[in-house]
Amino acid sequence: MTYSVRSATVRFGATVALDDVTVEVPRGSVVAVVGGDGAGKSTLLRALVGEVSLNGGTVEAPPKQRLGYLPASSGSWAALTVAQNIDFVAGIYGLAGDELAARRAELLDRAALTQAAGRLAAQLSGGMRRKLGFVMAIVHRPDLLILDEPSTGVDPVSRIDLWRLASEAAASGAAVLMSTTYLDEAERAAHLVVLDRGRVLVQGSYDQVRADFAGVITQTDQPVRAEWAWRRGRARHEYWPDADPSDPPAGATAVLPDLEDIVIALSLARRDAVRS
Amino acid sequence: MTGVLLQAGHVTRRFGAFTAVDDVSMQVGPGEVVGLLGANGAGKTTLIRMLLGLIAVTSGRVDLLGGPPDRERRRRLGYVPQGLGLYGDLTVQENLSFSARAYGTAEPALPPALKAYADVLVRELPLGAQRQVAFLAALAHSPQVLVLDEPTSGVDALARAALWDTIRAQAEGGTGVLVTTHYMQEAQQCDRLLLMADGRLVAEGSEADIIGSTTAVAVRTGDWARAFAALAAAGAPVMLAGRAIRVANADPAGLAGVLEAAGIEASLEPVPATISERMLMLSRQAKAP
Repeated sequence: MTYSVRSATVRFGATVALDDVTVEVPRGSVVAVVGGDGAGKSTLLRALVGEVSLNGGTVEAPPKQRLGYLPASSGSWAALTVAQNIDFVAGIYGLAGDELAARRAELLDRAALTQAAGRLAAQLSGGMRRKLGFVMAIVHRPDLLILDEPSTGVDPVSRIDLWRLASEAAASGAAVLMSTTYLDEAERAAHLVVLDRGRVLVQGSYDQVRADFAGVITQTDQPVRAEWAWRRGRARHEYWPDADPSDPPAGATAVLPDLEDIVIALSLARRDAVRS
Repeated sequence: MTGVLLQAGHVTRRFGAFTAVDDVSMQVGPGEVVGLLGANGAGKTTLIRMLLGLIAVTSGRVDLLGGPPDRERRRRLGYVPQGLGLYGDLTVQENLSFSARAYGTAEPALPPALKAYADVLVRELPLGAQRQVAFLAALAHSPQVLVLDEPTSGVDALARAALWDTIRAQAEGGTGVLVTTHYMQEAQQCDRLLLMADGRLVAEGSEADIIGSTTAVAVRTGDWARAFAALAAAGAPVMLAGRAIRVANADPAGLAGVLEAAGIEASLEPVPATISERMLMLSRQAKAP
């Protein structure tokens, strides 16, 4: 079973938030959507949740009760304790009694929140609050799990916890779609989608994206074309869209690009295409 | 004052019975970009607040530009907090005028990318542009020391590259830069890294120095979902990387035993750990009784 949006276009007034976007989310895998503020990540996720209607294209998603969603905002109630937050959501899905107690204990344990069960959500650290939101989104074992920036601003250790929780959900058969601003998380996903100003800049597995990348990136102290160069530590990288990897520009050292390089290079190429 | 702009010497800060920063010594020199890493509660923010002179040390000593971080020395410091410190209800131009007057300097000229936004309220700007405005405001008085808290959080790769261009240009002009980040690829932009855990400075140097002897095991198998479940159930710190599984700081023989008991065929290979895996191990050690 694969959930999807196909050829999706969403406009808010004059703004095109999504422009002909197709993304598939197979069960048993984690798909990561990356992009900055305003790239269209939340709109894509909310289209799958049914919170945004499309101006064009189609959505295939399970019914609401088989869907789990962690919104970009907190996703929990500040004035309830951790346990009360879980119980409230579990109640909506009809969990009660021993079944609820067992599920609550299991989720708290998996998210390393057992010690915090009696704490108000308002008193949690950012990372703990996102983990609480996560377990609330999976309390009913959804078929499609949608996580809107679960890790933004969260410390690296909680980020690893969240990634593990998402991996576990996929390992037990859910289709997981998460947005992130961290490219290293996208590298670990089975499939990554880079959004830029409402369009798909590139998508595929990290290996595919690297294999399909056209052109050459070189490392230099003095870039030849400043508008095609960016910093990596003390050095600069420069993109040559039309160069052949087996024949890099004279005098330059080609580097093996990582996802950060690839995304910057493709963004520059897109800006250039829009200008000309 | 050769070689050090910002320095902590055996700095400790207690809040009641809780020690937030425990005997930390560090320094930042001219032209250097130093990255400060650590999990939540590791003590990064408390250390920075002491370095900025916003809270007092319990013991030890802070030197900013050759003396205590008083008002006069803070005039030569630039600080961009994570919340950016801009006024959302003022325009870009008004924000820059305000901060220029507070420092008694000339207003900075708007770079081409921000010209169109001069009269736009800051709260209506995209996040990447807001961050650029915060940088401009912090840099207008040509600070000798720059402290940046999560400088590129939430922005796209191009905006991040533009911000790092600015940071690097400052360092090349001789400014010493201290950056906190949760973004591991960003840590690789720094000249030197400091890693805090549980209030203490636990590692310092290059990425390789930080990772030290921590290794991870890469598990490759045709049945990743079952292997993942079996290893997670055994309490191993598992992570998914594409279709492979990584386990930080694990003993390959122990993992092989778990997989064999579950009847799963897999190949195991020791690989170098990442910075985040090293941090995970440190925080697990700190929590262990």
